[in-house]
Amino acid sequence: MCLAIPVQITSIEGSEAEVEFGGIAQKISVFLTPEAEVGDYVLLHTGYAIAVVDEEEAQETLRIFEEMERLAEA
Amino acid sequence: MKFIDEFRDADMAKAVLCQIHRQSKRHVRLMEFCGGHTVTIMKHGIRQLLPETIEMLSGPGCPVCVTANADLDKAIALARQPDVIITTFGDMLRVPGSRSSLQKTRADGADIRVVYSTIDALQIARENPAKAVIFIGIGFETTAPTIAASIMKAEEDGINNYYVLSLHKLCPPVIKALLDSGEVKLDGLICPGHVSTIIGSRPWEFAASDYGIACVVTGFEPLDVLQSVDMLVNQLEQGKPRVEIAYRRGVTTEGNLRAQELMNIVFEPSPASWRGMGSVPQSGLRLRKEYERFDAEQAFDIDPGPTLEHKGCICGDILRGVKTPPDCKLFRTSCTPEHPVGPCMVSSEGSCASYYHYGTV
Repeated sequence: MCLAIPVQITSIEGSEAEVEFGGIAQKISVFLTPEAEVGDYVLLHTGYAIAVVDEEEAQETLRIFEEMERLAEA
Repeated sequence: MKFIDEFRDADMAKAVLCQIHRQSKRHVRLMEFCGGHTVTIMKHGIRQLLPETIEMLSGPGCPVCVTANADLDKAIALARQPDVIITTFGDMLRVPGSRSSLQKTRADGADIRVVYSTIDALQIARENPAKAVIFIGIGFETTAPTIAASIMKAEEDGINNYYVLSLHKLCPPVIKALLDSGEVKLDGLICPGHVSTIIGSRPWEFAASDYGIACVVTGFEPLDVLQSVDMLVNQLEQGKPRVEIAYRRGVTTEGNLRAQELMNIVFEPSPASWRGMGSVPQSGLRLRKEYERFDAEQAFDIDPGPTLEHKGCICGDILRGVKTPPDCKLFRTSCTPEHPVGPCMVSSEGSCASYYHYGTV
């Protein structure tokens, strides 16, 4: 029910944006995330973007996992 | 980066598991609040991969499952009104109320339409000006701002035939009620990811400071869940319970301030009735006075009749974490996804449905 999936914004017009989702273009609302820009990934929940995905933080999290992998191999 | 496959990497998962096994010494009991997390845990067999020191319990984080029969009966009674179109998320359709379900009511001739978004519900209202279009507003803090947005849009566009049955529920108050009941002893909590996208991680502070519960907010990919378990074990082994965010790409301390603002403009906290827990103070949302003309309960004079509970169904106990689906006599016998008796078997993220589809029992 609280499912939200990351989708990439391809265009924005007012509070409406178009995203690519599984190869299909879909219209969504960015009313709750006015900071969203074309090219951003947003978390899409029931037709609304609820957050802009923070790519730097995602990279940082993956770096933590890589570090754990190195430790596991050591 | 597409933010999905990267967080399903098997080698990385093995490394996180290795770390969990290495550092887990004392027995701990962790609850995943959210039904979405239960699905990830069951689907990927995470429970079986964890050391025996870690006990995992499922919590009440499934909005469909916690909707009380009395509220389902209201939705069904509204559907029976003349010149009404009910719009609802699909999960609600098959949930049995006291005497019927929305699906059965639709078969009896009511106009009930499944929508993906309130945007679609508003469109139906625009296209049917002679009908009252009622949206069955279920969901936690993740969904409530989208309903608030639809009400503000209806006002802005002068759509006068759009109504909401507000059955929204708030997560921190129910966790507080669960902890206060003392029925379930917990050491750590996997806090809901997308609820926290909206409200931030701060509203969970009380669980750590007042109840000594370790809290980690996380996402829904298997690596997210494993990372949260690792962080919880680390906190508990150190004896320093606090609130941490594992899902930093989607959650901040503050949350989505605009979404919180919209929710506050349209709704105010109210008592809400939870399946298995009864009325929990300040755990629901009702429309504020300025918006009460959109309130379906105020606009229609309905009589849902007396509430009946399903005989033998233990969904309430399962939602409180005191029982698991295999403890239920109806599980896999008279209660299956094709013929559900209780809501936890209907919703795709209900504990019973998760155990049914992915469990090893």
